[in-house]
Amino acid sequence: MPDTNEKFGRSSVFYDTFERRGAEEKSTHYCPGCGHGTVQKMIAAAIEEFGIQDRTIFLSPVGCSVFAYYYFDTGNIQCSHGRSPAVATGVRRTLRDAVIIGYQGDGDLAGIGLAEIIHAASRGENYSVFFINNAIYGMTGGQMAPTTLLGQRTLTSPNGRDQFNDGRPIGMAELISVLPAPVYVERCSLSTPKQVLKTRLAVRKALRYQIERKGFSFVEILSPCPTNWGMTPIQARTWVTEHLETVFKLGRLKDYDEDVPVPADPVLHPIDDQQMLTLLTAGGIPTVKTSVEKRPSRSFKIGGFGGQGVLSAGELMAACALSEGYRVSWLPSYGPEMRGGSANASVICSDDPIGSPVVDTPDVLLAMNGPALDAFEHTVAPGGVILVNSSVVNQKTRRTDVSYYAVPATEMAKEAQLISAANVVMVSACLAVTGFLSIQTLRESIPRVLRKKAFLERNLGLVDATITYLQQQEII
Amino acid sequence: MNYVEVHCDECKGCAVCVSSCPHGCLEIGDSLNAKGYPYVRFIKQMRCSACGLCFTVCPEPAALSVYTSKEE
Amino acid sequence: MAYRLMKGNEAAVIGALLGGCTHFFGYPITPASEIAQGAAYWFPLSGRMFMQSESEVSVINMVYGAASAGARAMTASSGPGIALMSEGISYLAGARLPAVIIDMQRSGPGLGNIWPEQSDYNMVVKGGGHGDYRNIVFTPYSGQEMLEMTRDAFEIADTYRMTVFILSDAYIGQMMEQVSIDGPVFHGKRKDWAVYGDAQSRNNLITSIHMNTHLQKEHNDLLQSVYKQVSADLVDYETIDTDDADIVMVAYGICARIGLSAIRVLREQGVKAGLFRPKTVWPFPACAIGDLAARKTKLLVVELSSGMMADDVELAVKGRTEVARFGMVGGVTPKVEELVQAVTDMIRGGRDA
Repeated sequence: MPDTNEKFGRSSVFYDTFERRGAEEKSTHYCPGCGHGTVQKMIAAAIEEFGIQDRTIFLSPVGCSVFAYYYFDTGNIQCSHGRSPAVATGVRRTLRDAVIIGYQGDGDLAGIGLAEIIHAASRGENYSVFFINNAIYGMTGGQMAPTTLLGQRTLTSPNGRDQFNDGRPIGMAELISVLPAPVYVERCSLSTPKQVLKTRLAVRKALRYQIERKGFSFVEILSPCPTNWGMTPIQARTWVTEHLETVFKLGRLKDYDEDVPVPADPVLHPIDDQQMLTLLTAGGIPTVKTSVEKRPSRSFKIGGFGGQGVLSAGELMAACALSEGYRVSWLPSYGPEMRGGSANASVICSDDPIGSPVVDTPDVLLAMNGPALDAFEHTVAPGGVILVNSSVVNQKTRRTDVSYYAVPATEMAKEAQLISAANVVMVSACLAVTGFLSIQTLRESIPRVLRKKAFLERNLGLVDATITYLQQQEII
Repeated sequence: MNYVEVHCDECKGCAVCVSSCPHGCLEIGDSLNAKGYPYVRFIKQMRCSACGLCFTVCPEPAALSVYTSKEE
Repeated sequence: MAYRLMKGNEAAVIGALLGGCTHFFGYPITPASEIAQGAAYWFPLSGRMFMQSESEVSVINMVYGAASAGARAMTASSGPGIALMSEGISYLAGARLPAVIIDMQRSGPGLGNIWPEQSDYNMVVKGGGHGDYRNIVFTPYSGQEMLEMTRDAFEIADTYRMTVFILSDAYIGQMMEQVSIDGPVFHGKRKDWAVYGDAQSRNNLITSIHMNTHLQKEHNDLLQSVYKQVSADLVDYETIDTDDADIVMVAYGICARIGLSAIRVLREQGVKAGLFRPKTVWPFPACAIGDLAARKTKLLVVELSSGMMADDVELAVKGRTEVARFGMVGGVTPKVEELVQAVTDMIRGGRDA
């Protein structure tokens, strides 16, 4: 009629026809009197009102509303059962300006996906969750839900929900509201026109807060399921009032304090490619091959107790070899062994690509304590080297086919007031007696491996002290 | 003149709009639509205030449209 | 030439950054935690996103969300965590979303322990989740390869809209080696199917549910045609001394490293031994192994399981040559001399070394 305006009508946020449902289709797949359609119309109206249709991404759950993407002319992502809040998190961390709509039923949100919704709420993910609570699993045909009322008959509680067998219904709005992060939590209902209008306001508010980047909003909506309740749509609405609303109290449990300024959410600023390469290659070890001819490979085993710097001694050795042009591998003992108790590291240096990184027959053993000598001395290759920390190791090796050296590494480190650096003494002595790598390389490598730069001078001092000791003892 | 337009093929006859109308302007008719549902009919045009409750409670996106007189 | 000395776990993170990964979702588990820890350090430093989730179930769905929104997203875990992710990985496959997942295999079943095994092979290579789907699976055997395979995984995942796995083990992750870091740095491009929350992508839908048997069949046939293409494009392997070999070890990851040492010893002893190292286990290098079988080269499959990859080798061999299985489980790795002995036994005619 030319003299009238359409005041209420189909939202432009819905597709004109629901082609994903079927050609020329205009009605939903929901049963007559279902609450889903009513809520989805409110969401569509709010999206239209705020002018955010292009920005909106609707997350379809599993359940009757799995096909919400038939209707919403927005970006759509269908999620696995219960995981919509995790998907929302992934989307939010990728698209700062998207408007994300979480839409979940009671089995989805309060059952299988309880952990996901609690944690998304607890992180305060900036998105809006609409929780449709109809106290039953709808799509699977009417089984008991976490929110099914005591005594309510369903296919899997045929005698009524029993608190001893089935537990009691979960109040999700209450649960969410006790978390510090959510900014808005309200429970609404579709029972009467008055409640429907209140729900409409809550839907709008939850979306507005998201647009304003205020944080996580949660609107629980008590919704009729006439089909699975075995009622007419009108009876179902009365049942919401008389039963659901007496257990799940309506009202606003939490709201944003408008006096509090909106906190700034972090914005990522990716660095450019050159900055990236500079960042990643920092600490690189310049490699100069010291010989044109192929050099023999060497394998090392370093053993001791956790805290003696066993693993970092190996790393230092590997760093030295790498800078002299060897290929290297370093393999730690790890796991339970690593947390206290014994530790050992295997290091291989070779001009060829290294095969097994496991050192079963080391050319050189560095025993930082007695148990390490006991454990590994019999594995040393004939003609190999055993070097012990004589501050700790009292016994001598039983092997007669190896070169044996003893250095009071712990005492020397203590003297230098750096007890943690006994490993540097051991590595220095090892390189000095074997001549495998130069002491100058060691001096250059220490700063590359050392984590506490303040101790650099004392570490370098220990290299000198070790050389001096070995000369005094006429070992070198 | 206010009125409610019913797109009868989108109506599933749940009657939630009928029970929501404060002025009793709607009723479920006897005939069936293309999908086999009885559908709502707009009666008593003079009483409609175009409040939109029928539209708001209706679960279908396009079953009802509510029109209001143009204000001159 | 400058190298950095780093663990395989760190090399994976560096590879991810070079590969244009912008989102890492993690959950701690030994022996993969260092990947998440590395990402927690490097990602924010370079303006990319790291977050620790509440569970592996959430992790994979966060990856699903970020991938839906067009991001290059990844995670890393070990067997128990990958098992929890399996449903989500099936959804990624169904919705044709690209993702990269690293599995630092440890001993199973159950809690097992944190020592290396290669017993996630069937779970990762054959599916793990429900439905008829595939993952592309790379098997690095060094820190350098860990970096390069992880880097390239993102391009490949985007190209085929599939999940790419880096199937590794605790040794390769824990071992430190020299790794060279070079450009270029890759970046994801805008995807015409992703949901960006803008006008251009408004009509896009990410879903794995289909309306009727006709559409479901069409979709599943499409997946199979992609898998066929991947099989034609991506098979990768390395052969060492196989040309004249009487016997070839087939191994990946840490076993390939031990195998490499073993064939050197065997060659010194005058035994014509070689190493066949799959770099992809799906698609599996069946043709190349078939060629060895056609030449009657004996095969010894070495793996840290009772013989999972060995099944694929036997399928490729089709009974044309002798295949023996050297499986070791429980976190123990074979010693070089044990492999040498096994090969020697097999050459002498002993079966099932």
